[in-house]
Amino acid sequence: MYRIDFNKLRFLICDDNPHMRRILRTLLHSFGAREVYEAEDGATALEMYTHYVPDIVITDWSMPIFDGLELAQMIRQPESKGNPYAPIIMLTGHSEKRRVTVARDAGVTEFLAKPISAKGLYQRIMNVVANPRPFIKTKTYFGPDRRRNTTNTYIGPERRGSGEVEILQQPSLLEKARSAI
Amino acid sequence: MAKDTKDKPGTIEVKSFGTHHVITQPNPLRKVLLRVPESDLDDPVGRAEKALAGLSGEFKEWMTIEADRLSAAHATVQREGFNDKTREELFRAAHDIKGDAATFGYPSAAAAAESLCRIIEHAPDLATVPQQLIAHHINAVQAIVRNRTKLDTAVVAGVLSKQLRGIADEFLTHANRDRPEHLEAILAPSIVPGE
Repeated sequence: MYRIDFNKLRFLICDDNPHMRRILRTLLHSFGAREVYEAEDGATALEMYTHYVPDIVITDWSMPIFDGLELAQMIRQPESKGNPYAPIIMLTGHSEKRRVTVARDAGVTEFLAKPISAKGLYQRIMNVVANPRPFIKTKTYFGPDRRRNTTNTYIGPERRGSGEVEILQQPSLLEKARSAI
Repeated sequence: MAKDTKDKPGTIEVKSFGTHHVITQPNPLRKVLLRVPESDLDDPVGRAEKALAGLSGEFKEWMTIEADRLSAAHATVQREGFNDKTREELFRAAHDIKGDAATFGYPSAAAAAESLCRIIEHAPDLATVPQQLIAHHINAVQAIVRNRTKLDTAVVAGVLSKQLRGIADEFLTHANRDRPEHLEAILAPSIVPGE
């Protein structure tokens, strides 16, 4: 059996609603987290992301200035100075299929529909900590592997192809994190 | 066939294909994952639920603030009509209630707010939406929040929200009969698990 040492995790939560921020903060502190940073809009969150280098980002979708979707897209810039690999959990009242697909395509790691529950949040955090997915980079996408299943039987138009090999050099996560501070 | 790029341990491994790269990084969060015996009694979820219950004394006040914000946004719409700003604020206020109200103990208010969100999101032209339909949603949220302490209101609130949703869906289905992408979104069930 595994459990998470929340004491060593640094969270950034981003929600324009102060009541939801309070609830999130309460839940994370109860799990054992000590470092929880808060932003009330996407722009502030991006600044804090660069400054504090959080391990996990929890963001709402609908927010002023720029929203949670744009925040995810800005974090998922492979050439950026900050860490583009941090898990992003989108906590939102949007739960339609179209929205989930759009969030997934923006590089969101996990999706959690409101109303929030302690169990749901804990499970999403456990998932990103214990089962990180590889990242995929294509011409139009950079983010966690959008395939949850490993079946090889899918032959639809969105199947990734194989072919000529290109080499992509990546600096280590640690270097990226350090250079962002 | 993919070609591997593997440096020293601890660095990122990249497999490159014709159309994409698969980047596998060492799990930077592995250090926070602790193996504990099955007999471990620590219950972080239970602890968090207790803490949330400890906040519940404030939920009534929070819900009143949210409902009043919705009413204020609606009053602005009535005064100025729908424009990008007034539409956005009404939607945002309703959307927050949709997301928060069930946590605060007002699931029927969340349902009424969700119905209002769907109207704002999917009506082809908000100016043509019957004003009473929007007003009924606002009034329903206020009534549910103000009267929650009465014993018989939970059932009434549920019925009220359900009826509003039915009327709103009927309106939206008719208004979007020539807009298949909206019709699909209106009729599709939520696919996101809550837990």
